[in-house]
Amino acid sequence: MSAAETNRPVPTAHRAGLLGCRSCGRVWPLSETHCHRCGAKLVPPDRRSLQAVWAWWFAGLITYIPANLFPMMSTRSLGGLAGNTESTILEGVVQLVQHGSYDIAAIVFVASIIVPIAKFVSIAWLALAAGRPATVDQAHRRLHVYEIVEFIGRWSMIDVFVVAVTSALVQLGFVASIHPGPAAVSFALSVAFTMLSAQSFDPRLIWRGLPLRSRTDNEGTG
Amino acid sequence: MQQPDTYNLTTGQGLIACPRCDTLHIEEELTAGETAKCIRCGGMLAKSRGGAFIQLIALSFTSMILLIGAIFFPFLEISRMGFGNATSLFGVAMAFAEGLLLPLVLVLLLLVVGLPIFRSFLLLYTLLPLAKGHQPYQYAATAFRWSEQLRPWSMAEIFIIGTAVALVKIAGLATVHLGPAFWAFCALVLVNVAARGFMCQTTIWDAIEDAGVPTDGREMVEGQTG
Repeated sequence: MSAAETNRPVPTAHRAGLLGCRSCGRVWPLSETHCHRCGAKLVPPDRRSLQAVWAWWFAGLITYIPANLFPMMSTRSLGGLAGNTESTILEGVVQLVQHGSYDIAAIVFVASIIVPIAKFVSIAWLALAAGRPATVDQAHRRLHVYEIVEFIGRWSMIDVFVVAVTSALVQLGFVASIHPGPAAVSFALSVAFTMLSAQSFDPRLIWRGLPLRSRTDNEGTG
Repeated sequence: MQQPDTYNLTTGQGLIACPRCDTLHIEEELTAGETAKCIRCGGMLAKSRGGAFIQLIALSFTSMILLIGAIFFPFLEISRMGFGNATSLFGVAMAFAEGLLLPLVLVLLLLVVGLPIFRSFLLLYTLLPLAKGHQPYQYAATAFRWSEQLRPWSMAEIFIIGTAVALVKIAGLATVHLGPAFWAFCALVLVNVAARGFMCQTTIWDAIEDAGVPTDGREMVEGQTG
């Protein structure tokens, strides 16, 4: 497909006064509230939907703070006699580096530190930029970021599974035992909230280079 | 079945809107192997796989059986200085049966085992009648929509990577043997990849629509507005 062809303005459901179903693609008149094919709720591409994105985003950010401050895992050797070490996410990575397992340290570092932070930044950027005037290239870049965020978000759960499996396995009683700390719960919550935030984002807003336009006028007359 | 070049800009009949960028497309029947992409954002609109329903049903059954096996067979076995400990996933959950962490473990079990089983069930519920050419069951559309919405939340493959990382972490402490449930999960990841290749949401939506779900409102809408 040539560049000239992709830069041409295209008819959208919104401009045609129709509503596209985000679940199955079927197109309906504005008066419909639910898709008759798949039953999903029909939502116009409106910046109001960004409120949900921000709500989940803040919930994710709030739970991300204790996830980093509290211990992810506590290791007890010889019933606590030989020491009781607690480690946060970052300390866990440092320990892995000290043990010499750099590859695993890299996986954990990327999955539980880089990805969550990049996700917060990207979602905030998308939500701020959504619906603002954009060139076609900018829109493509934003959609690309959205697709990456959507794909990669769930992979942050790795660290929670690592803690769960490790502590379940190392139930060697008196010799050593590993228990998940409070950070495991808040980190899992944070990942879930940011996933919900990314899912609430309506990618159709990226393509609306138009300022906010009231939809109620259309609905009232149509 | 939509005829090409018949569409209605008032009712939306015969049109498809790209879920990613809202661009309108005229719906056409694809022949097997063809893919339809959005002209603006390039997102996949449909990839016809010529009635891959049988394959999807087979893969759903496979993943259901693997998952049920994965719950009860030993997952990993650890031994050190005579202390041995074999755990099934069920055993993992029971190990945390007390305290604050129970909710976390229950949620993780749900993500790893519960949702994949539920999704397989929903897909079978949707596809079994369609593959036989019967009318779909009631709520088939709802079942398929749920199955698609739950997709990001079923985390079997993430669990496997997490387990691999945990194994490397423990390797220094004790010897770990992999149980059948671990391999069941690895197989499950492959089954999921295969199912993804056969899956075309648009084809299934069209099949549900063409076979006439009781709640299909296309005719109703024409009656109302036309």
